[in-house]
Amino acid sequence: MAVAAVKEYNFPPADTVDKFHGAQLLYIGWEDHLMFCAPFAFPFPPTMRFGDILVGVLPGVYGYHPDFAQIDWAKAEWFKSGKPWQPDVEKSLAENGLKHKDVIRFRTPGLTGIKGSCS
Amino acid sequence: MDMQVAKKKLGLKERYAVMTRGLDWTPSYQKMEDIYPYMAYEGIKIHDWDKWEDPFRLTMDAYWKYQSEKERKLYSVLDAYIQSNGHLNVTDARYLNTVKLFVSGISPLEYVAHRGFAHAGRQFPGPGPRVACLMQSLDEIRHAQTQIHAVSNYNKYYNGMHDFHHAHDRVWFLSVPKSFFDDAITAGPFEFMVAIGFSFEYVLTNLLFVPFVSGAAYNGDMGTMTFGFSAQSDEARHMTLGLEVIKFILQQDPANVPIVQRWIDKWTWRGYRVLTLVAMMMDYMLPKRTMSWKEAWEVYFEQNGGALFKDLARYGITIPKCTEHIALEKDHLSHQAWSTFYNYAAATNFHTWMPDADEMEWLSAKYPESYDKYYRPRMEFWREEAAKGNRFYNKTLPMLCQTCQIPLVFTEPGDPTKICYREVDYKEDKYHFCSDHCKKIFEDEPEKYVQAWLPVHQIYQGNCFPEGTDPTVEGFDPLAAVIKYYHLEFGRDNLDFEGSEDQKNFAEWRGQATKNA
Repeated sequence: MAVAAVKEYNFPPADTVDKFHGAQLLYIGWEDHLMFCAPFAFPFPPTMRFGDILVGVLPGVYGYHPDFAQIDWAKAEWFKSGKPWQPDVEKSLAENGLKHKDVIRFRTPGLTGIKGSCS
Repeated sequence: MDMQVAKKKLGLKERYAVMTRGLDWTPSYQKMEDIYPYMAYEGIKIHDWDKWEDPFRLTMDAYWKYQSEKERKLYSVLDAYIQSNGHLNVTDARYLNTVKLFVSGISPLEYVAHRGFAHAGRQFPGPGPRVACLMQSLDEIRHAQTQIHAVSNYNKYYNGMHDFHHAHDRVWFLSVPKSFFDDAITAGPFEFMVAIGFSFEYVLTNLLFVPFVSGAAYNGDMGTMTFGFSAQSDEARHMTLGLEVIKFILQQDPANVPIVQRWIDKWTWRGYRVLTLVAMMMDYMLPKRTMSWKEAWEVYFEQNGGALFKDLARYGITIPKCTEHIALEKDHLSHQAWSTFYNYAAATNFHTWMPDADEMEWLSAKYPESYDKYYRPRMEFWREEAAKGNRFYNKTLPMLCQTCQIPLVFTEPGDPTKICYREVDYKEDKYHFCSDHCKKIFEDEPEKYVQAWLPVHQIYQGNCFPEGTDPTVEGFDPLAAVIKYYHLEFGRDNLDFEGSEDQKNFAEWRGQATKNA
């Protein structure tokens, strides 16, 4: 049973993609950098170029961290839902197979946060 | 002529019987299931309501008399506290943020508990539990009122509390306690009783009230402390009721055991996640600490709760599995929580700060396994940056857990360097969780949790701006609009304690009381 209820119980989910004004949600986490307490949620248009996230969005989000300036994006390892994954920076989110509420993370080898504490 | 005979006074027991069970009757022209429509759908089977042992023999008239006496005392202490400017005797103005957290996060729950017990009481066919629920329902609304009255004195002088109930229904982190209780009152009456009456009131309440009340006592807050003592006798009654409910349900039918076990597992975890706020309050927000969160968990859950579950073993109930996970988190919970509020200090109704050097020593001593290794480096970094005028404010919205609604800040059990991510595909969409336990709760009743009002998603849907806001205009500042929607004033109610109006006013007023200007 999908819910305990006295009668028929049928209500729409609160966060379907049609409610985000043309955007879809994408969650992004930076491994080994827990100074940012949680992964982030972004509303991006599916047509957005993946590379524009790296260049246009992440610096404003993660730039406070001293490790951020040292990232070599060519060496970054990506994960989608925890599994290794390779984005194409030239392609759009949709073309990269990213759907509403997907979660991706990146690891930046050699960068392990403040004094190596994964902060 | 008739002789005037003095009426025989009823004995306590008879009086109780007349005023509780004596008020019940068997309906003759309505069906029981029409009068009590919520009794069957949760799957709990009750064969004999008369087997219910009333845990306390209190009649309504005695209740009024006793409670009004108690409240007279409480309000006379509060008056004295207010008249002597008691607020200036707290250890340090940082303490006031504990009060803000309490009135916006906890007091509104007392009110919802009032509604929940009124509802459960209405639904139970047995007069014993019905009367017990009625009294607890009244206790809860009294607690909401006395807490609000006790805190209203602080509201005259300090920021962030002015519209606490508005905040409770809207502010991102307050959706954590709010959704916890909303989940409970939208469950059936049996689940509500296990959730709130047992798991919360019996198993976890000591971890909520003892830290707040003893924290108040240690930090010179006589008002809150007196409220706490005044509520103590009620809390003892609530605990007795919670335990009686569980035992009664379990004894009525063996088929009830797995259902109750699932609820205990669920609500222990849900309650524990809400206690994240208490953990950080104990370790970071009280200028004078009482004990660490870890110590409190060990005393109040591992020792006391362990004994309770040994006692319940004879009914077929085992200690919730999630407690193994919780044991792995106890070295980390408060640090991860305070880091989160430090991150998002621009969007809260209270101030945050970094611990000073002495406080960091205390944290190292209390958390030798974790503080220096994982948390001190980031906190020292933040403190140094703040000293340079570069205080960290995270302004990007976080990913939330679909069940507990806390951002995904918790780490993998056993690996404090990795965020714990869990996800489920359900129908057309993906859902994300902070833990296996929150995921399991979703999977048991997905149709309930797909409707969750997640603050981050609601902001992105455009539902958390003041009416008439146009988010498409150039230079639109979403954070500013959200803060307005919360009825908070940017720069006064939020941001760091250092440099806040509270800090300045408190220093000035205390100075007037202790120095020659």
